[in-house]
Amino acid sequence: MTKRIINTDKIREEVIRLTYQANFILPPDVEASIDSMIKGEQSPGAIETLKVLKENSLIARTEELPLCQDCGAVIIFIEMGQDISLEGAFIGDAVNDAVAEAYKKYYLRKSIVSDPLNRINTGSNTPAFVHCDLVPGTVFRLTVYLKGGGSENMTSLRMFRPTDPVEEILDHIEKVVVQAGPNPCPPVYLGVGLGGLADVAMVNAKKAVLRGVGTRHADPYYADLELKIMERLNKTNVGPLGFGGNSTVGGVFIKEAPAHIASLPVALNLNCHSLRFRTVEL
Amino acid sequence: MKTWKRVSTPLSYDDVSLMRSGDRFLLSGIIYTARDRAHERLRYMVLEGKELPFMPAGQVLYYVGPSPQPQGRIIGAAGPTTSYRMDPFTEVMLKTGIRGMIGKGKRDEKTRALLQQYGGVYFSSYGGAGAYLAKRITEARVIAFEDLGPEAIYELRVLDFPVIVINDIYGGDLYEDAIRK
Repeated sequence: MTKRIINTDKIREEVIRLTYQANFILPPDVEASIDSMIKGEQSPGAIETLKVLKENSLIARTEELPLCQDCGAVIIFIEMGQDISLEGAFIGDAVNDAVAEAYKKYYLRKSIVSDPLNRINTGSNTPAFVHCDLVPGTVFRLTVYLKGGGSENMTSLRMFRPTDPVEEILDHIEKVVVQAGPNPCPPVYLGVGLGGLADVAMVNAKKAVLRGVGTRHADPYYADLELKIMERLNKTNVGPLGFGGNSTVGGVFIKEAPAHIASLPVALNLNCHSLRFRTVEL
Repeated sequence: MKTWKRVSTPLSYDDVSLMRSGDRFLLSGIIYTARDRAHERLRYMVLEGKELPFMPAGQVLYYVGPSPQPQGRIIGAAGPTTSYRMDPFTEVMLKTGIRGMIGKGKRDEKTRALLQQYGGVYFSSYGGAGAYLAKRITEARVIAFEDLGPEAIYELRVLDFPVIVINDIYGGDLYEDAIRK
């Protein structure tokens, strides 16, 4: 098997580019999702709110103002083929240098503190939170995903009994989303991590949304379950920004994983209406 | 859906007594930003009997940490942050005469009761519409706690800044009403 060489300088450049795009350009699939919610809304107030979100995206793109003042924590997902050989600076440094440069250059808010209790702002929005998976071959897939604090604070992890009926999990999901209400800036894009261990479920709840808005789960069972969850949540009338309406959720994304015979973790990652991530394959 | 009405800051008790949850206002005039760290410091100043960086009577606080000001612009993106984090400070702020607060998301039960007790209104603006709302801000200057960066206190002049009454002084709650329907 031939090796493929990637210089980490290239990764650095791509992180800067993707960070820019994620902060200023709402992905087309998210735009399309807002359009479809506008069509499906019954409430005039909710339609008006959704239109404000559309206008926000237009202003962000054309006037180079960030979509949100919370320019997020930067999460980096890397899928790296085992036949990739990296050269140049250490990849962790390349990524963090890129984040620091992008947040300075594009006037993005720096929202990261160096310590959870002593809370000194690092002034650069670093460190980025990096997840790397090794895969076969020579693929190198890089995702920059921004997560705001308001939605991240609505995260939930609950360990169910393996014998609990699916219906109880659905009740729980509804409870979490209604309880969160306006706080995560709905319409929410809901990542659901099912199975794995606690940490695996949590990361999967984040990865789940990377599949893309408007896509269906590959497994028809889970595709149906996603639809069922979405229909149920859109009956709660939380609505856009919690002001009421039937667009509480813009998408539900399940990522399941093998689990221990004793465990059924359910992790919920609530993303705001400004679902900001960008992926590139090098 | 209620029509938009115009209102100017500062707000009097009479102004807020006419406001009901679900009412929509285009706010104009001066408002003051403050989020977590600024509230911590303001509370400390009140408890120490120190003079605040602005005269609080009738004023409106905006829970926001704007993104940095790009060259040639008045301010960066400036949408509301989640309000419950300011719940522990609300009584102190209302006691100083603050009349309104703009944020997004639910307030706790105690805060909702305090709004009734002191005659204060909690508004939400459009969460996550930071670029859109920046365009309704016509002047911005830091007046205190510059070391806090985005958490500094800014004096903002706003023009037709859209806010929706979530909690009024009569116990009304738009968020609760929405999910009851």
